[in-house]
Amino acid sequence: MLDAATESAPLVRIQGLSKHFPIHAGLIRRQVGVISAVDRLTFDIRRGETLGLVGESGCGKSTAGRTILRLYEATEGAIIFDGTDIAGLSGEQLRRMRPRMQMIFQDPQACLNPRMTVGQIIAEPLDEHGSLSRADKRARVEELLDAVGMNKGFANRYPHEFSGGQRQRIGIARALALDPDFIVCDEPIAALDVSIQAQVVNLLEDLQERLGLTYLFISHDLSMVRHIADRVAVMYLGKMAELASRDALYHEPLHPYTRALLSAVPVADPKIEATRKRVILQGDVPSPANPPKGCRFCTRCPIAVDKCQWEVPEWREARPGHFVACHLAE
Amino acid sequence: MTDAAANSPVTAMPPKQRSMWGDVWRSYRRHPGAMAGTAVFLLILLAVVFGPYIHTVDPGKLDIRAKNITMSLDHPMGTDNLGRDMLAQVLAGGRTSLAVGITAMLLSMLVGAAVGILAGYFRRIDGALMRVTDLFLALPLLPLLLVITMLFRDTLRAAIGPESGIFVLIVFIIGITSWMNTARIVRGEVLTLKEREFVLAARSIGTRNHRILTRHILPNVLSPIMVSATLGIANAIITESALSFLGLGFPSDFPTWGRLLFDGANFMTLTPSRVIWPGLAISLTVLSVNFMGDGLRDALDPRIRGR
Repeated sequence: MLDAATESAPLVRIQGLSKHFPIHAGLIRRQVGVISAVDRLTFDIRRGETLGLVGESGCGKSTAGRTILRLYEATEGAIIFDGTDIAGLSGEQLRRMRPRMQMIFQDPQACLNPRMTVGQIIAEPLDEHGSLSRADKRARVEELLDAVGMNKGFANRYPHEFSGGQRQRIGIARALALDPDFIVCDEPIAALDVSIQAQVVNLLEDLQERLGLTYLFISHDLSMVRHIADRVAVMYLGKMAELASRDALYHEPLHPYTRALLSAVPVADPKIEATRKRVILQGDVPSPANPPKGCRFCTRCPIAVDKCQWEVPEWREARPGHFVACHLAE
Repeated sequence: MTDAAANSPVTAMPPKQRSMWGDVWRSYRRHPGAMAGTAVFLLILLAVVFGPYIHTVDPGKLDIRAKNITMSLDHPMGTDNLGRDMLAQVLAGGRTSLAVGITAMLLSMLVGAAVGILAGYFRRIDGALMRVTDLFLALPLLPLLLVITMLFRDTLRAAIGPESGIFVLIVFIIGITSWMNTARIVRGEVLTLKEREFVLAARSIGTRNHRILTRHILPNVLSPIMVSATLGIANAIITESALSFLGLGFPSDFPTWGRLLFDGANFMTLTPSRVIWPGLAISLTVLSVNFMGDGLRDALDPRIRGR
C-alpha cells in the first residue's frame, strides 16, 4: 500500500528545464547563437493524472516531452522522476530508468521500423530489458496486442499492412511492454482521422484506468485535451504561459495567450458560433533564436503594457493550483 | 488499401513465428529476373569451377601451328595468336576474375558500409571519416596503383607465393579504391534514418547504440548497399582487367577475362571470337549479378515482398 506521503508526491517534477539548440554558421561552423526551444519550465506531474500540454506548432511542446524522457540532453534544470534526478544520469543508470517512462509518437508510420514484424517491434523492449524466454515473450506480446484491442495473429505481420489507427495501437503496445509508470504522448492523435482519434483516446483512458498510468499528453487539439486531461499547461515560444486544472483553465483563463487560444476553438452550434467573439492575434510568432526581451508574448499580446517589453514575467501561483506567467494577471 | 489486408480475418495463422529469411527466400524465388540471373550466374560459376576438368586443355599450352583458328571441334572458342586454346583460357580466367570481383566487392562493401554507417550515426567522427573519404576520392588512382604495386608486390609474393600474393594485392587495391561512393550514399541514408521516430523510439526504450545500428539502421540501408554491391562486382572485374592491361595486375601468362579482352582487342578483325567470348562472359556475369541484386533488394523489403 502506498502511504499518504508518496501518494501525494508528484511522479515527475520539472524544475527550470531548458533545452537550447546551438546555431552554427560561417566558414568554421562557429556557434553564433542558440535557439531556446524550451526555456526554464517548472511544473509537476502528479501520479495517475493526465497533464495536457498545448501550444501552437513550434512552441517547444515536443522538445519538452523528449527532453523530459532524456531523448535530448537538457541544457539546464532538473527532471526529478520519482525522487531521482534523471537529468544528471548517464549510461547504464539512465538505461535502468528507461523502462519506467515511455513515449507514444505522433506519426504512427514513422515510429515503427518497416523491416520488423509487429511481434519483433513489441518485443524489442523485452529483448533489451529483462530475460524472458522465447515462449514467455510471445505470450507477453500476445497479451499486449490483446490489451490494445488487436488480433493476436497480427504479430507476424509488418507495419505497412496496417492502417494508421492500428499502427498507433502497435506503438502503444510497445510503450506498455515494460509496465511503465509514465508515458509521454507526443500528439498521438494528430495524424489520425477523427473517428480513429476517439478510439485511440478511449484506449489511452482505458489503459490509464487499468494500469494506473501517468500521461503527459502533448497536443494542439484543445477539445481533445479538454476531454482527456486533468490539468492543462499552455506553452508559448518555449516558455510556460499558464498551468491550471482543466476546468479552471477552460472557464477562467488568466493569460491573454490562453484566452486567444481558447477563443479559436469552434463551437458546434451555428447560432453561438455566429455571435462568438474571437481574440485575433496579430503578426507571427517571433523567432526562438531571437525572442523578445521581456514577456515572450508581448509582441502579439492585445493587452501588453510597457513593463512587458523589458521585464520577464515571473512564473507564479496566481490562485491555488493555478500558475501563470503574466504581469497583468490578477 | 492496406486496411483490407489487415482487417481480413486471420484464419490459418502458422503456430510458429514466420522466419524472416524464409520469407525472403520465398519472395526471391517469385522474382523472375532474380531467378534467371541466379541460373545464369550459377551456370558460369559451375563452368569455371568444373569446366577445366571436362575440357582438359592446358590454357598455357602453345601450339604455334594451330594459331588464330576460329571455332572448331578441337578448339570450341578458337585459339589466339600463339595457338593457346581460348575456351581453356576463358574458363581459367573466369576463376580469377570471379574470385577477384567477388572478394574485392565484399571488401569494398564492408569498408564502405562501415564508414558510411559510423559517419552517419556518430556525429563526433563524421567529419574525420568524411574527410578521409574525400581524400580517397581525390587520390589520383593510377599513380597510387603504381606506388602500391612497386612497394608491396615483391614483399607479398615472397610472403605468400606469387599467385596468391598478387591476388591479395589486387583485391586490396580494388577494394580500397572503390568504397567511397558506397560510404557517401550510406552516410546520407543513415543521416535521415537516425532522425526517424523508430530510432528515437528505440532510444527511449534504452536500446544500446550497437543494437540500434544492427537492428534499425543496417536493415534499412540494405537497398543502397545491395545496389552498390552488384555494381561493385562489375566494376572490380573491369578494374582488374585495366590493371592487368597496364602490367600492374596478374602476370601476362595468367589469364583473366579482362586480360583476354585486352589481348584480343588487337586481333579483333582477324579472330573476333577472341573478344566476343571473354566480353560475353563479363557482360553475362555483371548482368546476372545485377538481376540477383535487384531481386534480393526487393525480397529484403517487406513493403514490396508481398506483391
